[in-house]
Amino acid sequence: MNAAAAFFYLFSTVMIGSAFMVIAARNPVHSVLFLILAFVNASGLFMLLGAEFLAMILVIVYVGAVAVLFLFVVMMLDVDFAELKQGFLQYLPVGALIGAAVLIELVLVVGAWTMAPAAIGGAGSPTPPDVSNTLAIGRVLYTKYVYFFQAAGLVLLTAMIGAIVLTLRHKPDVKRQVIADQNARDKSDVQLKKVPSRAGV
Amino acid sequence: MTPISFALAHTLPELILAGGALVLLMLGAFRAGKGDWIISELAIGLLGIALLTLFFPLEGKALIWDGAFIDDTFGRFMKGLALMGALVSLLLSREYMAREKIDQFEFPVLILLATTGMLMLISAQNLIGLYLGLELMSLALYVVAAFHRDNVRASEAGLKYFVLGALSSGMLLYGSSLIYGFAGTVSFTGIADAIHGNVSIGVVFGLVFLLAGLAFKMSMVPFHMWTPDVYEGAPTPVTAFFASAPKMAAVAITLRIIITAFPGVTPQWQQIVVFMSLLSMALGSFAAIGQTNLKRLMAYSSIGHMGFAMVGLVPGTEQGIRGVLIYMAIYLTMTLGAFAALLSMRVGERYVETIPDLAGLSRTNGSMAFFLAMTMFSLAGIPPLAGFFAKLYVFQPAIDAGFYWLATIGVLLSVVSTFYYLRIVKVIYFDAPAEAFSPVKREVTGVLWVASFGILLFWVYPAPVLTAATNAAKSLF
Repeated sequence: MNAAAAFFYLFSTVMIGSAFMVIAARNPVHSVLFLILAFVNASGLFMLLGAEFLAMILVIVYVGAVAVLFLFVVMMLDVDFAELKQGFLQYLPVGALIGAAVLIELVLVVGAWTMAPAAIGGAGSPTPPDVSNTLAIGRVLYTKYVYFFQAAGLVLLTAMIGAIVLTLRHKPDVKRQVIADQNARDKSDVQLKKVPSRAGV
Repeated sequence: MTPISFALAHTLPELILAGGALVLLMLGAFRAGKGDWIISELAIGLLGIALLTLFFPLEGKALIWDGAFIDDTFGRFMKGLALMGALVSLLLSREYMAREKIDQFEFPVLILLATTGMLMLISAQNLIGLYLGLELMSLALYVVAAFHRDNVRASEAGLKYFVLGALSSGMLLYGSSLIYGFAGTVSFTGIADAIHGNVSIGVVFGLVFLLAGLAFKMSMVPFHMWTPDVYEGAPTPVTAFFASAPKMAAVAITLRIIITAFPGVTPQWQQIVVFMSLLSMALGSFAAIGQTNLKRLMAYSSIGHMGFAMVGLVPGTEQGIRGVLIYMAIYLTMTLGAFAALLSMRVGERYVETIPDLAGLSRTNGSMAFFLAMTMFSLAGIPPLAGFFAKLYVFQPAIDAGFYWLATIGVLLSVVSTFYYLRIVKVIYFDAPAEAFSPVKREVTGVLWVASFGILLFWVYPAPVLTAATNAAKSLF
């Protein structure tokens, strides 16, 4: 067994284990930390495949931004996760049944797996030998796949509009600082009142 | 590699809608005032322009964006229907949204983005294009379902739709990955070539999951559970939109992927489609009987109609596809007409929502009563109204292909569904009058007139629809 295979088994085992712990951990903060561990291992797997760009993007975007945001949300929101998880187990039999059915299907599929003969040659598009894979992705992303790129951008824009529409509330009674108003104020705007004792304004 | 101008010319409606949505978003955000001011008028205009561009005389079939996008007569026909659905829903929404004080400018923008997604979905020619179009459409739909965010039922509708929709997207992706794993390509024609004469069990599983994901969007049994709750909870114009435009897109992509990518596994997909179509017709007919809420009733009615429409797909012939296309065109007219009627009747400050609200409508508003009765007769499929021809054109090819039993069961279930449509007619004409209704706006009346002409006079001059559907079906094969 060579080093690459050893690392493959290491990364995959840790990844599956931590993915399981994401749903099994009692403490939600631990769940998020296990999620980060799963992402890091996935990026290790990408590295083994020779896709350094995807590996780094996974670390930067998912670990650096998304998972940390998750962590903030989990810590800031006062959600009683223990209570949410109550009754989680009562669906276990049904869930296990469906899971078993899907597993049997998967075994059937993988057991009788055949690739279409035409597919074997066409599958996989290797990186051109003279460039790095970042450059190779860049070469096709804005040319061959520009339609998908733009469409994915629209999807993200829609998600952003949706989040703002559904959650942003303008509260009228919140006092905001308006610096222009503050600077424009002069002495004549200020009223001085003599307040009699024990009478209020 | 095709020249960029060629590709842009063939994606003109999508570009207009996407670019227009961005401009309107800016306009709305920088104005930052109350209400949607001129945004929804502009959005309606953009949808109209996009609809007109479909009539540009471009040559028949164009495969662009590196095989991800196809512009053909079939696509243009379905895009026309989807655009009409969006346009009319937006017309109907203006008064309702203002009355409910939810007329923010984001609503027309989201409708435009959803419609862009639908057009991309209709034109998808590979699995990635399909998924991106589907997600763009669905994400915008989840948001507009919950647009009335202070209303508990609307929020529940949005959340339910989102969770179940995410599940269905997951199934669709799982199926797509199985198919890709087998065929080694995501393009529909490539999949067809790979499957040719060599059916692996993986492909069949992939097909099942893929169709499950698409059936969710069409709300066919057994993936219909969300429909009644979402239709009831969402604001009524949004329900009108849900019942019209997204169905056109989902049906279009189902037809396209089955006919283009899976001719090699015909017996397999036929089984699935027959199963879903029978169950949808049955559930649509029986479950609607107990409903008193008109929006829930329309939800079950739409489930049933999807079942009827899919009967036309079962033979997998050009005639059958033509039948489905005609069915969708007529279904769109009837549904939009029915929702226009719902949105034009107010009792006091409240919109009509239940069947008892309609009691004695014939004595308080004769023309509306006539229109509603006619729409109900047409939905039930009674000649000579349009709904009858819709069913005729899907059952005929099924019988020609030897599916006698399917057509027979379909006709019997259509008789069952007549019960609840006729019950509405009975309440309108024979029950003691309830309160009187308030007057309606012009644009809603306009929609009512157009819909009633379509329903009532389809048999006099069906040629435009029939010719367009025939050409569209031909381009798919």
